[in-house]
Amino acid sequence: MTTFDPYAPSRDTTEGKVFSVTGGDWDALVQDIGATKEERVVVNMGPQHPSTHGVLRLVLELEGETITEARAGIGYLHTGIEKNMEYRNWTQGTTFVTRMDYLGPLHNETAYCLAIEKLLGITDDVPERASVIRVMMMELNRISSHMVALGTGALELGAISPMFFAFRERETVLEIFEMITGLRMNMAYIRPGGVQQDLPVGALTKIRDGVKVMRKNFKENATLLIGNSIWMKRTQGIGYLDLAGCTTLGITGPVLRSTGMPWDLRKIQPYCGYENYSFDVVTADTCDVYGRFLIRMNELEQSLRIIEQCVDKLEKLEGAPVMVADKKIAWPAQLAMGGDGLGNSLDHIRQIMGTSMESLIHHFKLVTEGFHVPAGQVYVAIESPRGELGASVVSDGGTRPYRVHFREPSFNNLQATAAMSEGGMVADIIGAVASIDPVMGGVDR
Amino acid sequence: MTDGMFGAKGTGDTSGYGGLVRKASAAGSSERPYGSYFDDVADDLERAYPGFSEAIERVVVDRGELTLHVKREKLVEVALILRDTLKFEMCMGVNGVHYPEQTGRELHAVYPLLSMTKNQRIRLEVSVADGDAHIPSVVEVWAGNNWHERETFDMFGIIFDGHPGLTRILMPDDWDGHPQRKDYALGGIAVEYKGATTPPPSERRSYK
Repeated sequence: MTTFDPYAPSRDTTEGKVFSVTGGDWDALVQDIGATKEERVVVNMGPQHPSTHGVLRLVLELEGETITEARAGIGYLHTGIEKNMEYRNWTQGTTFVTRMDYLGPLHNETAYCLAIEKLLGITDDVPERASVIRVMMMELNRISSHMVALGTGALELGAISPMFFAFRERETVLEIFEMITGLRMNMAYIRPGGVQQDLPVGALTKIRDGVKVMRKNFKENATLLIGNSIWMKRTQGIGYLDLAGCTTLGITGPVLRSTGMPWDLRKIQPYCGYENYSFDVVTADTCDVYGRFLIRMNELEQSLRIIEQCVDKLEKLEGAPVMVADKKIAWPAQLAMGGDGLGNSLDHIRQIMGTSMESLIHHFKLVTEGFHVPAGQVYVAIESPRGELGASVVSDGGTRPYRVHFREPSFNNLQATAAMSEGGMVADIIGAVASIDPVMGGVDR
Repeated sequence: MTDGMFGAKGTGDTSGYGGLVRKASAAGSSERPYGSYFDDVADDLERAYPGFSEAIERVVVDRGELTLHVKREKLVEVALILRDTLKFEMCMGVNGVHYPEQTGRELHAVYPLLSMTKNQRIRLEVSVADGDAHIPSVVEVWAGNNWHERETFDMFGIIFDGHPGLTRILMPDDWDGHPQRKDYALGGIAVEYKGATTPPPSERRSYK
């Protein structure tokens, strides 16, 4: 075959003939490949591919349609967040970590802040209202994250409607986030010692209404996929990984729970007061894509239960502080609505500029220099929507982190791609990767 | 190496208050009793592993966490005992820390371990000299450490001997240097794309 195909130009390399496919006439391509008389074809998917869940690159060695070897290539979204944090003070770090796993920003912030609080030894001093707000925000975040996992997972397997419905539900959560933090993503809302500001008026009502709407809609969404024969055939028995595989690969989160192991750090190693809420750990025993899908579906309801309990608690804690009392750590100004919009509280400005020299000094020192954190290292793990998110934080006693490392569940879990997909059909690797639910921002940091 | 972004030299503190560090040395060796389940872990390990006193350089308990400083030659032996006998079946990866002032042991590798059976966490720490940055790989013990060790190699230049394919994972394959080391400045690297080079921000404008 010597005709030039504009959609699949080919060139000869030392590895053999290489075709670049950008769409167009598949018959011509298949003929070309047939002419090479090679049994083995290596296919490069991504990093810019609509079904690889972000900038993930998959290198697949195929025999016919069977995958004999699968390798994942990452690093296309590396932003040097961990390095950058060493050049900013502890509080500013929240602005970086929130951008790692961009679908679970509040989990990143919480893990980081819990680690700082552990280094400072103020874990028990964080006010209850702040902890309840953290839990509520994290559970809302879990819903919005699972909605993307379910919506894009279905989309990648060819089911388009569930994606529309999932993003509608996610919108409900993002509107709540916008009302409370001012931002839909990357909020930097959770800060060392508490949260950035208290809930605005009407937030709890909006959350209650949102929970009602979501509970009704989740049932609707579930009926789109559960029992759908195409969906069942594409997910059941696909992407198999059992408990032994999960343990040796360090896999946590829904993938681990799909093996029947009820491992959820919220229950087993509670943080932020999770031991005070009643909820169930959802498991499945099928070890496959379908089991992970069901787990995410059912975790939505558990998150709604926790959110309702949080709202009840917050109503009782109205007016309680949301930041530690220690003025050497607490961010000095609470925001307030002024004549020209949201800004520094006028009461606070009046205090530092007019009445209290000490407050001014504290404000100045904290905002320019930040607070000191005693030397040492800690590891704090929380249950993010994707599994164990661990923050390894080292301090040398300064006002900036000495070293911060995140044990990202997406990064770790993506290693299971080969185990889940080798020996299977090439179409099934899409479902397998989607069931891991990697977020490349978190993988590459 | 590079000069650092916006003229930030030395500590790179952009707040204008460089060097404001309270020199508090990190926790030294701890004495028994360690408290919590840490005594049991140490006892069990001593019982199961005869070379305990030789392999474990220091035991540190700080902020409710147990750290075992392990000699690198004994790392794999200790890891196997911890996995099989003490049931630390999960390793949550490895991350490097660079302490340039600790002469002879500049590079540390830190392994957080998790036992799901006993619901316990401990940490292993191995330190090596900058000029001899070799640590045996534990991929044979915990396969999930594969990418974590590649990342630590990429960022710190620690070579994990016995790793099945120790290549860069986050940075491009032809990258110079290991970015997370303390002697590697932030920024200051020109961007090259399709033959054209854009100078780093620190050279584009003068912030000095």
